Amino acid sequence: MGELKVKEKDLVIPGEILAEGMDYLPSTGTFREGEHILSSLVGLTYISGRLIKVIPLSGKYVPKKDDMVIGTVKNITLNGWIIELGGPYTGMLTLKEASSDFIERGADLSQYFDFGDMLVTKIVNITKSKIIDFTMKGPGLRKLKGGKVIQITPSKVPRVIGKQGSMISMIKESTGCRVIIGQNGRVWISGNKPEEELKATRAIMIIEQESHTEGLTDKIKNFLEKGV
Amino acid sequence: MAYTKRTDGRKFDELREMEAKVGIIKSADGSAMFRVGKTIAIAAVRGPRDLYPKFKQDSQKGVLRCNYDLMSFSVTERKRPGPSRRSQEISLVTEKALLPVLELDNFPNAVVDVFITIVQADAGTRCAGINAASLALADAGIPMKDLVCAVATGIINEDKVIVDVNKEEEDLEGGLADTPMAILPRSGEVTLLQMDGEASKEEILESIKLGKRACEQIYRVQRDALKERYGGMKDAAD
Repeated sequence: MGELKVKEKDLVIPGEILAEGMDYLPSTGTFREGEHILSSLVGLTYISGRLIKVIPLSGKYVPKKDDMVIGTVKNITLNGWIIELGGPYTGMLTLKEASSDFIERGADLSQYFDFGDMLVTKIVNITKSKIIDFTMKGPGLRKLKGGKVIQITPSKVPRVIGKQGSMISMIKESTGCRVIIGQNGRVWISGNKPEEELKATRAIMIIEQESHTEGLTDKIKNFLEKGV
Repeated sequence: MAYTKRTDGRKFDELREMEAKVGIIKSADGSAMFRVGKTIAIAAVRGPRDLYPKFKQDSQKGVLRCNYDLMSFSVTERKRPGPSRRSQEISLVTEKALLPVLELDNFPNAVVDVFITIVQADAGTRCAGINAASLALADAGIPMKDLVCAVATGIINEDKVIVDVNKEEEDLEGGLADTPMAILPRSGEVTLLQMDGEASKEEILESIKLGKRACEQIYRVQRDALKERYGGMKDAAD
């Protein structure tokens, strides 16, 4: 019979033993060595049934297929745009995937997306050597105009969104801002007034810092209503 | 000369006082400081990030690049800034000491840069550097199989093995075999072993044995430093 060495949401470091025996299965952030399951990251443990995983507390964004991300145009080539995501890998947005309009051969591509433009885009494909293909065809995928972009730790994105988007819709309703969260940890905030934008930014910063606190939703609710 | 006590009054297998701190450099992706006695090393990790020139890229896994350097005021005689023959060698052995624990398969064509800087040197700088670098890599969120602990042993009075040599002992007359080593605390695997001086086979085996024991203590310091850095988040969860 296998034995669990850690509790749910325990802080673990690389090389720490999480479980003994073959009854448990290693998931992301863990590996098996002989009879043991060990952590390979600094993070918090999550146990679901027989699966054990470690959610990292730091680290860069590792691109995944079908992720919606906020990217920056880094370069324009003859047949598309090079998009950067804040991690080690850049990807390609081709003409075909960029727009449903007909783009003439030799057209000036910067009139569609210029250098430094922020795009809400989706990863359609990713190869083993981390060559990424993007698309702009899909609901909500567009170029961002106005507002501001902040960077948070990518592993904390799910907490900012909340269960079925509860956290983010609360921030949106309370501040009246429009907010888009990319899986790469970039958050776009656009409001009518600068104070509203600031309030939404502060709320997201609180979530990032205290992402593993119990009753975080109540805390944010309190902050948004009373400002503390 | 009868040798019953070390120059600074330590026992033969006693380490100097150690201190570790994680997350000291805000602009880096991961960073750490490791102090042992008067030796202070800081390490900054940047990456995984793009690697240029392109021919250095590996399409199968990520590349680790280490850079070790002494600050010019870290030693008694001013050290001329810039890379030297010595710092190049230490950069290389540090890289080889850290590589076995890193899992870079998920970062093809990318590089992880480790910058180790010695702020104050009192012997054992490469070991302090490796200890700091291993903490900084963990802080940067790079998957690792284990931490790496490093310590230097020496031989004085012709047959007595001492652990964690300081500068005063290193400069003693009469052939001290300075043996820096890096050990993976869980498996006891040795990833770095150098030796400068003369020693018999038995003495080397004894050195490794004592080094392994010392690394257990170093591991505890490293573990506590990492948990302290992220502990605030954990306390909040309780």
